[in-house]
Amino acid sequence: MKKDLTATAVGLIVLTLVLGLLYPLAVTGVGQVAFNDAANGSQVQLDGRVVGSRLLGQGFRTARYFHSRPSQTDWNPSATAFSNAGPNGADTRDAISERAAAYLETEGRYDAGLTRAEIPPDAVQTSASGVDPHITVANARIQAHRIAAVRQLPLDRVEQLIDANTDGRGLGLFGEPGVNVLELNLALDKETR
Amino acid sequence: MTAQGWLQIVVFLALLTALTPLLGGYMHRVFRGDAILGSVLGPVERGFHRLLRVDPREEQDWKRYARSALIFSLGSWLLLYALLRLQGSLPFNPAGFGGAPADVTFNTSSSFVANTNWQYYAGETTMSNFSQMAGLAVQNFLSAAVGIAVVIAVIRGFSARSLRTLGNFWSDLTRALLYVLLPLSFVLALFFVSQGLAQSLSPAQAFTSLEGVKGLITLGPVASQEAIKLLGTNGGGFFNVNSAMPFENASGLTNVVSMLAILVIPAALTATFGRMVGNRRQGWMIYGAMFAFFAVAVGIVYAAESHGTPAQHLAGIHGGNLEGKETRFGIGSSSLFAVVTTVASCGAVNAAMESLTGIGSAIPMANMMTGEVIFGGVGSGLYGMLMFVILAVFIAGLMVGRTPEYLGKKIGAREVKLTMIGTLAVPLLVLVATAVAISSRYGLRSIYNGGPQGFSETLYAYVSQTNNNGSAFAGYTGFVQPNAPGNDGAFGITFADLLGGGAMLAGRFLPLVAVLAIAGALAGRKVAPAGPGTMRTDTPTFGVLTVGTILLVALLTFVPALLLGPVVQGLTDRML
Repeated sequence: MKKDLTATAVGLIVLTLVLGLLYPLAVTGVGQVAFNDAANGSQVQLDGRVVGSRLLGQGFRTARYFHSRPSQTDWNPSATAFSNAGPNGADTRDAISERAAAYLETEGRYDAGLTRAEIPPDAVQTSASGVDPHITVANARIQAHRIAAVRQLPLDRVEQLIDANTDGRGLGLFGEPGVNVLELNLALDKETR
Repeated sequence: MTAQGWLQIVVFLALLTALTPLLGGYMHRVFRGDAILGSVLGPVERGFHRLLRVDPREEQDWKRYARSALIFSLGSWLLLYALLRLQGSLPFNPAGFGGAPADVTFNTSSSFVANTNWQYYAGETTMSNFSQMAGLAVQNFLSAAVGIAVVIAVIRGFSARSLRTLGNFWSDLTRALLYVLLPLSFVLALFFVSQGLAQSLSPAQAFTSLEGVKGLITLGPVASQEAIKLLGTNGGGFFNVNSAMPFENASGLTNVVSMLAILVIPAALTATFGRMVGNRRQGWMIYGAMFAFFAVAVGIVYAAESHGTPAQHLAGIHGGNLEGKETRFGIGSSSLFAVVTTVASCGAVNAAMESLTGIGSAIPMANMMTGEVIFGGVGSGLYGMLMFVILAVFIAGLMVGRTPEYLGKKIGAREVKLTMIGTLAVPLLVLVATAVAISSRYGLRSIYNGGPQGFSETLYAYVSQTNNNGSAFAGYTGFVQPNAPGNDGAFGITFADLLGGGAMLAGRFLPLVAVLAIAGALAGRKVAPAGPGTMRTDTPTFGVLTVGTILLVALLTFVPALLLGPVVQGLTDRML
């Protein structure tokens, strides 16, 4: 008994130092040196100021930009939460329906043939993190009509930019391709500056 | 459903199967005392034992082994509770968070010591970097190491060695940490940083979006915590949305590596088991039984999620269910993750469990209801499974009218009684806790959604906590933060915090002691040579019998409860 108590007390102190401080500090040290950009959150800078992270989605609202997926948290990366919308909830249905109507109104103006049935689910269902940096390619291709019209760019060119800013699957197999909204919008700004 | 979706699932299963004998063989050598890294780490190991003043060669019988494990866990609990409550006065606290209330901290401490990592708190808005690193992440290591140590001791009891003892807890604990968890975590953490997971002690970085909106990028020691959160089947995330947050799980690649990290140790332990009992086929039989459950579960969830939800169909939206899912994972990788994290008692999530379809959430619940024995937690999964194997041997023995024996050892009345305690205590606790919570007004305060969804939330909460999983229908809450972020004015829902915390501790330590007692009874028992009348336990037939036993004992218990919640939701096209 006494042996166990001694071993527990000493063990917890030593292990807290090794696993709780030495280990994370070692990873931080190596990470900061070897992968500085990634370790600090893959920040994106424009003219010397931080405009976000390539891994964090943000809420674009104006017509000049591609729009991110709906977010439960208003795209807040420092207090994340799920929507917890249930599969059979009337409120879930209404929320999706409202977002679909808004999407149709925004995009339908530039893409006359667009119907509700063609809206990709990612455009009207909230992401898990609230800061999903991606939208699906289908979603981006619909929004491309608006961007081309507002920015007076050829649709082909916008679609090229979409392709150039699409992150592929992991090793070509795992997950799904996604269009990085922040990077795409930055590319657009560069194009029509 | 797409061909690519199925292909990534098949490739994942193949990778897991390929890694199993590799790591399993490595761990076998570690606990035999001739690890590959032995020449390098041996002096560290011996130095640590000298500091602790323990003799690693001193053999412990099951009672002394259990006592060491329990005292160490109790010490861990007290230390973690103190660190979390005193958080406001401790360093590495860039956001200046105070300690969380006592009831929530009781829940959190129990959660991490029991390898559950149920989270009523939201990481990035309540916990300092110090609490995350020196409090929570340390317990991620320690609770996992205790699980590995105990299963190794249990296997020694089943194996043919002549000693009536199970080994030395302190030696096993040290080896699990030093040779398995720490090196794997270090390598994995660096890989994660290279792929975009944050690893920094700097305060949050302010930014101004292209449209002029101001925001904060919260950073922290994420990757180092992430590695052990997965490898130790812990599951407690740095951020509230866990592995859905890009800083915790940045891409399709980090996602598949995360899933492998969750399952690799529990899977590999089956191979370690086969080697330690001198018959690798015994290990593969257990792996096969686990694999069968797992593969079927993945298929069902993937199909259900691809079908979409009634809510979206009634809103006129076609396609699969992306509510609470990330684009980079899509439906295939999110479905796979939901199954991986619930067959293992991990509880990390890359999608909102509460927003899964009815059937898509019934399967994760069923996975946990098996008692977390389909791979399960590190260590705890295999020792839970071994109790079901004993039960299968016993039932088969009754059917053919022979004395049941496993690995040449006769299974007596005492072992069967202990097995019944070990396998039935947890289901009983789950049902009682759920019933109490759903029928009292104190329990109703935690519910977010109404109707069958509210029942599912409650059921999920107590299934997950008692089985030490830790994933959640996150609408169910035990912690209210009116002035979020930060802990100012925050308070816990005492009923949910205490009931859940108690359930986690009981669900962890009752089976742990029961299985050590079984191993203690079997240790040193004479091994009868296999004869023509011996029932073989390393065949597919016995694998089927084991699967059947799990279905009968664990799952049937919960069918009525599952029907009331997720199944009702899954079978209707209407709003409930």
